[in-house]
Amino acid sequence: MPSDFNQDHFALFGLPRSFGLDTAQLDRLYRDLLARVHPDKHVHLSAADQRLAMQWATHVNEAYQTLRQPLKRAQYLLHLVGVDVQLERNTAMPPEFLMRQMEWRETVAEVRSAEDGQAMEDLHRRIKKEIAEQYECLERHLDLKPDYQAAAATVRQMMFQEKLLQEIDDALAELEA
Amino acid sequence: MALLQIAEPGESAAPHQHRLAVGIDLGTTNSLVATVRSGMCAVLSDELGRTLLPSVVHYSVQGVESVGYDAQAQQSIDPRNTVVSVKRFMGRGLKDIAHIESMPYDFLDAEGMVRLRTVAGVKTPVEISAEILKVLRERAEISLGGQLTGAVITVPAYFDDAQRQATKDAARLAGLNVLRLLNEPTAAAIAYGLDNSAEGIYAVYDLGGGTFDISILRLSKGIFEVLATGGDSALGGDDFDQRVFCWIIEEAKLAPLSHSDARLLLMRAREAKEYLTYHGEAPITVKLGSGEYVDVKLTTAIFSAITHNLVQKTLTPTRKALRDAGLTIEDVKGVVMVGGSTRMPQIQHAVGELFKQEPLNNLDPDKVVALGAATQANLLAGNRATGDDWLLLDVIPLSLGLEMMGGLTEKIIPRNSTIPIARAQEFTTFKDGQTAMAIHVVQGERELVSDCRSLARFELRGIPPMAAGAARIRVTFQVDADGLLSVTAREQTTGHEARIEVKPSYGLSDDEITGMLKDSFVHASEDAFRRALREAQVEAQRLLEATLTALGEDAELLSMPERAHIDSCIAKLQAVLVGDDRRAIDAAMLALNQATVEFAARRMNKSVQRVLSGKNITELT
Repeated sequence: MPSDFNQDHFALFGLPRSFGLDTAQLDRLYRDLLARVHPDKHVHLSAADQRLAMQWATHVNEAYQTLRQPLKRAQYLLHLVGVDVQLERNTAMPPEFLMRQMEWRETVAEVRSAEDGQAMEDLHRRIKKEIAEQYECLERHLDLKPDYQAAAATVRQMMFQEKLLQEIDDALAELEA
Repeated sequence: MALLQIAEPGESAAPHQHRLAVGIDLGTTNSLVATVRSGMCAVLSDELGRTLLPSVVHYSVQGVESVGYDAQAQQSIDPRNTVVSVKRFMGRGLKDIAHIESMPYDFLDAEGMVRLRTVAGVKTPVEISAEILKVLRERAEISLGGQLTGAVITVPAYFDDAQRQATKDAARLAGLNVLRLLNEPTAAAIAYGLDNSAEGIYAVYDLGGGTFDISILRLSKGIFEVLATGGDSALGGDDFDQRVFCWIIEEAKLAPLSHSDARLLLMRAREAKEYLTYHGEAPITVKLGSGEYVDVKLTTAIFSAITHNLVQKTLTPTRKALRDAGLTIEDVKGVVMVGGSTRMPQIQHAVGELFKQEPLNNLDPDKVVALGAATQANLLAGNRATGDDWLLLDVIPLSLGLEMMGGLTEKIIPRNSTIPIARAQEFTTFKDGQTAMAIHVVQGERELVSDCRSLARFELRGIPPMAAGAARIRVTFQVDADGLLSVTAREQTTGHEARIEVKPSYGLSDDEITGMLKDSFVHASEDAFRRALREAQVEAQRLLEATLTALGEDAELLSMPERAHIDSCIAKLQAVLVGDDRRAIDAAMLALNQATVEFAARRMNKSVQRVLSGKNITELT
């Protein structure tokens, strides 16, 4: 395997290791890299070239998917500095956050039983906005004034929010089916 | 440049030699083959000028009697031995096939994939499909006057792993080198996108004979990116025929029908459906074998009523695909219509209403997939210059996962992930001293394993005995650019490695395929020998050409001894290439391939570095 496979995902794209990221630049680098390594560009070459192309394209896709989504990017950064997010074990949350979660969960259940599509869409937007605010929190704890434990706590909270979004998506899908 | 002198004049390929490549639309109802000739994309026709090849194979005691129109003519005479819509059986078990009770075949349920008992013996759907592909391959070779470098074969985007694998095996059995399996909607978008050099978000609505696919694509700067796909692998124009068929039986109050009467009536049902595309009502008059007369009239209103929920069934996955892509109806710039079934006015109307715009119809919906496949085949064969090309980023249509305790699915690779992709996950043992672990690979979106499609089962043995929960078993899923999966499992706590690779099984093993290949050669062994030799020679020529190009570009990446080693492998391959010893050619190819592994790796690194240093970014976008 080529030595570059051992680089971290940021190095693969030649980007600095930080949560703040120029996604337009990442998109462009991703496309340029894939245009070089994608198996379609190597179909007429030898078997060795083709195998390698698949490994490279796989690697580039994986790195891109990880960096493109803020939550995954944060988790990955924490992994790089050796901080375990402890998603399974550490479920301690600030009481006010838990309270809000419970309220939202009730709201989801309500609009779900009312089969109110519009209310669901609204709720979806509100949670998305709240998640966006958390990103600023992550940027502070990961880039500006590193506090990895605080960042890990934020990541855990965001996992809850993402799950809630997923539930709303499922409910919307059910509504349409 | 010393290398170019090694090659004999005439042996070294000209840099812009045109390689013969075709696109094949292996359809449920009809199949087509197309190619790019002198820059023009065209569907190839048979000696009578017909472009469509009905996907029908007729068997007699001697074997394959006819394929295409002649076979179609046998449908009502010898229904049991005339296989239509075989695509519906690809990679499918008996229980997966809809309307099986009204089919005239003698099915055999085999593990993974169903088989059909014909007068010519038991046939698998793979073999039957291979007969169709063989006819298309021969048509192309006669028409183009040479052996094909390779083919792009299209599959419905919603095809799962078993169905894709079955398609690839059928191609192999037909003697085709598969450059890539391409999703049908993506092929259609290629056919449209390049003609119109379109940019933006496009939806491709593809209703074929037996499958429905919806794909959401983003076209920009030479990149076709599939954002989401959805659909129903058991819904198509045939279902509309079936509805009309049932309506006729009810309307004419018919007693249970014989196989040939059922087939006849089904044909009339299809004709009536097609007639309604341009007329307000369709008269249906049939004289059955039983002597009974059927005389009914199907109106547009009745047809709409009895097929309304089929149309609706296509709109639900359409909305879901948009949601998956994080888009709304308003984001969609154009809707491409693919498949003969989209000619139905009610479909055009329903799609237009959903997307609030007239769908795109300017290419023949029966040919657009084959044209797109041919365009992609031409690109993959290396017939287009750099800068004048494009890149296609496709996705995996269904999530891949593993069975966990309690029959629950653990998703490893979510649907709509860009391929190729690999994901690994770690698992542990459940009991003290456990030395084996059963691994069950499934595909689908549902939470219960029993609701998903089972792809493969295997056991990882030789786990060192440890306390429960201490072993660490890493299971890796790799999906290649054809959308095909391979799974690896490895125990890694103790350094002891147990490792197994599986090709998802659907009832046909590699040995069985080899056996079938041999069988098909028995009848024409001399031919087969020459063909195999010629194939090896073409392949070797291709490898030589690729290696010489690589050396021409990046020779400085090699040390003197490395270079000398590769040169000697090249010389050996060139020496055996002129002879007729296929084994020697294969061995020399293997040696050259191995000699260039490290070189290939360095070339790739160099290429990647070039992107990162920013030198070529403008050139590429």
